[in-house]
Amino acid sequence: MSFKRNILDLRKRKKEAQQGGGEKAIEKQVAMGKKTARERIKAILDENSFHEYDLFVEHTGRDFDMEKKVLHGDGVIIGTGTMYNQPVAIYAQDFTVAGGSLGLMHARKITKIMDHALKMRVPLIGINDSGGARIQEGVNSLAGYGEIFYRNTNASGVIPQISVILGPCAGGAVYSPALTDFVFVVENISKMFITGPGVIKTVLGEEISMEELGGAMVHSEITGNAHFFAKSEDECFEQIKKLITFIPWNNAQKALKFPIQEPILMKSIDEIVPADPHLPYDIRDIIKAISDGSDFFEIMENFARNIVIGFGRIQGNTIGFVANQPMYLAGVLDCDSSDKAARFIRYCDAFNIPIVTLEDMPGYLPGVDQEHAGVIRHGAKLLYAYSEATVPKVTVIIRKAYGGGYIAMNSRHLGADFVFAWPTAEIAVMGPEGAANIVFKKEIDEAENPAEMRKQKIQEYKDKFANPFVAASKGYIDEVIEPSETRARLIHSLEISASKVDPRPAKKHGIPPF
Amino acid sequence: MEENDSKYQAFFVNSVKYMTLTTTKFDKRKKWQKADPREVRSIIPGSVIEIFAIPGQKIKEGEVILTLEAMKMYTKVQMPFDGIIKSIDVAKGDRIPKNTVMITLE
Repeated sequence: MSFKRNILDLRKRKKEAQQGGGEKAIEKQVAMGKKTARERIKAILDENSFHEYDLFVEHTGRDFDMEKKVLHGDGVIIGTGTMYNQPVAIYAQDFTVAGGSLGLMHARKITKIMDHALKMRVPLIGINDSGGARIQEGVNSLAGYGEIFYRNTNASGVIPQISVILGPCAGGAVYSPALTDFVFVVENISKMFITGPGVIKTVLGEEISMEELGGAMVHSEITGNAHFFAKSEDECFEQIKKLITFIPWNNAQKALKFPIQEPILMKSIDEIVPADPHLPYDIRDIIKAISDGSDFFEIMENFARNIVIGFGRIQGNTIGFVANQPMYLAGVLDCDSSDKAARFIRYCDAFNIPIVTLEDMPGYLPGVDQEHAGVIRHGAKLLYAYSEATVPKVTVIIRKAYGGGYIAMNSRHLGADFVFAWPTAEIAVMGPEGAANIVFKKEIDEAENPAEMRKQKIQEYKDKFANPFVAASKGYIDEVIEPSETRARLIHSLEISASKVDPRPAKKHGIPPF
Repeated sequence: MEENDSKYQAFFVNSVKYMTLTTTKFDKRKKWQKADPREVRSIIPGSVIEIFAIPGQKIKEGEVILTLEAMKMYTKVQMPFDGIIKSIDVAKGDRIPKNTVMITLE
């Protein structure tokens, strides 16, 4: 009989612990438009797949009357489950328990599940909703953060790490998401900052709201800390579920192969790009025109819009797309776009995802702000990332490929496996206008009608150099193709590259310019 | 797509005109201005603790003219070159943002 009593006792204890901070705290959480930690885990994982560990862990705070307090699970839920029947590890901070504050045992639970995830080589999803360090636990909280960062770094490039910011994430806490691969934020719910509005007001007298300082849109558009922006938690969970279909479970695997689908063409690929290189178009239309089912999953859509990155599939296999976006800032390279693309390229390389680069850019963005912001250092990240990557790398030059940008956008010289160019490609050391002014300066200056002479010389330069054939004559590009042949060429070149081996000198690690 | 499509604006890269959209961050960027050596500016936000100079005073390079408390540290602001104080632009106790003109020299 006593056996049954034990079971009933266990059930009672479980039920109580699973209540987290209790009804009132849950009501408050819901009133803020937020789901509870448990609901969030349930929404992300396959139905009934979640198994929780450390439910009965208690905090170790002994100062400031903390020993009298019961904090269920110490404010964080950890466990494992499945997504699409594949195993994943997950943790979710529970704001209803002491504001999700991080004490020693809270951190120990997180590091436990991180260690599991890394050992088992499964993705780790972390849901952040925490007021920050538990002040009463003093330096133990700091120790906790440090131990998380160390594991984030160790796991980087081995297992996918996904951070979901569903509440405040302030002070030291922000650095764990910053070390992970993908950060998801939700409008009006996510708040990330090192120093909050209160401190900023006291110290500096600057008044700013949390949303304006570190809200979801700020991190999506201005800082580049967030990769995915959603209007609601449900939309955010759908994004996570979609992302996970494109990436492999660890760095020794390849992403799942999907059934092959032909692109759904709204109009012919020849009609998307204006022949005049000065006019814009949406490069994503080209990506859609060559991807399976025209399904393109864009990453960092709002940050550095002058470059587009994201996942799609070709013949059922995941591809990382990097493409200049002529629709924004003429598609120039600058600090932010170099940084954005470089990190994505390194992600693809770490996780065995081939990279397809679509090029149409007039060069680096001129300006004092760019030079002083370190466009040399940031631009170098792009060169580094492309040169370093050993996954299959294919480039298609659509229109403009001028100067340093031509080299940076996965040129043959940085190790591209295949480089194709459309007949509209202009591969040159600079745009015809600028080049003509320099090369024919004397003729133009001395002409009776300099304006007329300049026009004539620009045309001369254009005819001679602003085309793909000069580069083709050197073998820098492999083939000049018709736009409609692009998908077929990509399919073939990626098939050929499937077993690519590209050994590099042994080293502990390189020293990229970050 | 027509060049006069009003959605797009002219954008120059290496003196070539492109039609394109811009980003919020790009529009908000600050224009660079040459620094005026006669303006002593705060390089960090903080509070003015003490002012050691008065207008009209002749001061030698390296002498402390102001103490600024920032990030719990008292920072001594020194005279950048031998010169005369034209005006003191802050008061003791002021909380000032970064890049505020604190003292103007002649």
